[in-house]
Amino acid sequence: MPPGRITLDGIGHSYDAPGKEYALQPMHHVWEQGVAYALLGPSGCGKTTLLNIISGLVTPSEGRLFFGDRDVTYLPTEKRNIAQVFQFPVIYDTMTVAQNLAFPLKNRGVPGGRIKARVGEVAELLGLTRELARKARGLTADAKQKISLGRGLVREDVSAVLFDEPLTVIDPGLKWELRSKLRQVHRALDLLMIYVTHDQVEALTFADRVVVMKDGRVLQVGTPVELFERPEHTFVGYFIGSPGMNLLSAEVRGDKALIGNQEIRLASGYPSLPANVPIRIGVRPDYATLAGRNEGLRARIERVDDLGRKRLARVSVDGQKLVATVPPDFAVPGEDAGVLLDPRHIHVYANEYRVEGVAR
Amino acid sequence: MNNKVLDNRAWFFVLPVLVIVLFSALLPLMTVINYSVQDTIGPNAFFWNGAGWFRDILDPTTDIGARFAGALRRNLLFSGIILLIEVPLGIAISLCMPRKGWKVGPTLVVMALPLLIPWNVVGTIWQVFARNDIGLFGYTIRALGIDYNYTVDPTSAWITVIIMDVWHWTSLVALLCFAGLKAIPDAFYQAARIDGASRWAVFVNIELPKLRRVLVIAVLLRFMDSFMIYTEPFVVTGGGPGNATTFISVDLVKIALGELDLGRSAALSLVYNLIILAICWIFFTVTTHLEGREETPG
Repeated sequence: MPPGRITLDGIGHSYDAPGKEYALQPMHHVWEQGVAYALLGPSGCGKTTLLNIISGLVTPSEGRLFFGDRDVTYLPTEKRNIAQVFQFPVIYDTMTVAQNLAFPLKNRGVPGGRIKARVGEVAELLGLTRELARKARGLTADAKQKISLGRGLVREDVSAVLFDEPLTVIDPGLKWELRSKLRQVHRALDLLMIYVTHDQVEALTFADRVVVMKDGRVLQVGTPVELFERPEHTFVGYFIGSPGMNLLSAEVRGDKALIGNQEIRLASGYPSLPANVPIRIGVRPDYATLAGRNEGLRARIERVDDLGRKRLARVSVDGQKLVATVPPDFAVPGEDAGVLLDPRHIHVYANEYRVEGVAR
Repeated sequence: MNNKVLDNRAWFFVLPVLVIVLFSALLPLMTVINYSVQDTIGPNAFFWNGAGWFRDILDPTTDIGARFAGALRRNLLFSGIILLIEVPLGIAISLCMPRKGWKVGPTLVVMALPLLIPWNVVGTIWQVFARNDIGLFGYTIRALGIDYNYTVDPTSAWITVIIMDVWHWTSLVALLCFAGLKAIPDAFYQAARIDGASRWAVFVNIELPKLRRVLVIAVLLRFMDSFMIYTEPFVVTGGGPGNATTFISVDLVKIALGELDLGRSAALSLVYNLIILAICWIFFTVTTHLEGREETPG
């Protein structure tokens, strides 16, 4: 097994009594070497806890953690081959940039010549070469964050880099630049990277795969396209995308859905939906189109937002809110209109989880 | 831009402050300055003496100058010793104090207790505590076979006064450092763990640099306070044995009230005051200057 693969085997964590109030629900997951992951979720969803379990700052109350084949559940942080970059830049004030970068190697007794070579390489990679002799405390936040990252990368044994919302204190204008630097480092070093954020744009642009979490639970792991096209949970649909997915309470019978008393056709059949759980259908605003008053679902227009490149209509269908795209050159009729939903992009959710339809 | 309202009546707003400062500081100080440049030959019979008293005080060959030089030396020695003990000890204690959980409250209360005791009570406590006939501390030390008697032996007297000050004021340094340590985000410790830093490396590279500002304050406060020490040695040793623990303030009171020598004591007060101001100013300027130089890149 590649040493850079991290396996969570039933890892769960509760900050008080084990088994009570999980901060992190027990989960199985494999983080593959060389992949950039984003851990995306609202504040308090357990993403930082998960990150700290991997880095060893938190010992999980349940389950086992493997780096490659090695069980590292109880291995102290400094013995793990991971690096972590925190929300607020951590630098050693009294040291120069070069001393900062050399610090982890010095602590591990690496010979001086080797340290110098490594510091030079990492500084080159991060574009810090010109700052090496400067005191670290006078630098800007983004340079400090690069130093934090550099202290991780300077160790040759590092196989995973963890980021805990690293762009929080960076100037908006520099965020993009630092993020592409991270991408560049990722491509250059073939490392596993896990990037915690609550910002979907950051997650979707940084990661190969996004892990969406809520309430200590992983709801979906997928590529940005998968999260957009096939959200496995209503929360994913709602959280990813701007605006989020439309969710409408509906009664689904076979391949038809009843919204209020209006019927629409679905692309597949749903013969065996569980009973007595809330059923909703979800459709992205991109696949809901505003149309004339006698087409599709009858809807009442509440507001039309002109976003420049596109227009979005906020409508209500039998009392349920919905956002629909207004086609270019479409003259918005008065109050009453119709909404067309693309059947291929309608998902059915039973008790918030997506149900796979049966092709007819 | 220049649309400020100009109205000189606004000066009246400053008036209350001026009046308060006048009565609380300037007028009493003026009295002292007034006495410091005059001599007297009888009740309410003063005449101009110029800088005479100042010359006497600053000249160690005169009687008063020798007294002042001795007291100043003792003051500097005392402040130096207690700073050398209290600052490292305070840092060490603050590192041991719990930072989370129920223990924080009780620890803080216990630490704050000595600070809440009035100076003369501290003096009285130690006056009794350190006696070698009925005081627990003094009796125990003597029972251990150590010749300890602060009323006759200068070394014992110094040790008593120093231990008393350490007992009274180390808490202040510890509490200031504790506040400084609390302000260090967890991420620094976590990053240091990931970097494989030893406990000592964490202290030198994270904690000590972050404590720098509070330590400047702690050193300033402790220096000023210890340099002005009066009550405790006055109560415990009365400045003795001989003049072994006669600090400037103790001597000043003797000159002013015991010998009723207003001219000399006024001049001495001003010199004393200026020394404290000058040392604090130099210390503060040097430390902030060093810090400022580090901030500027290059």
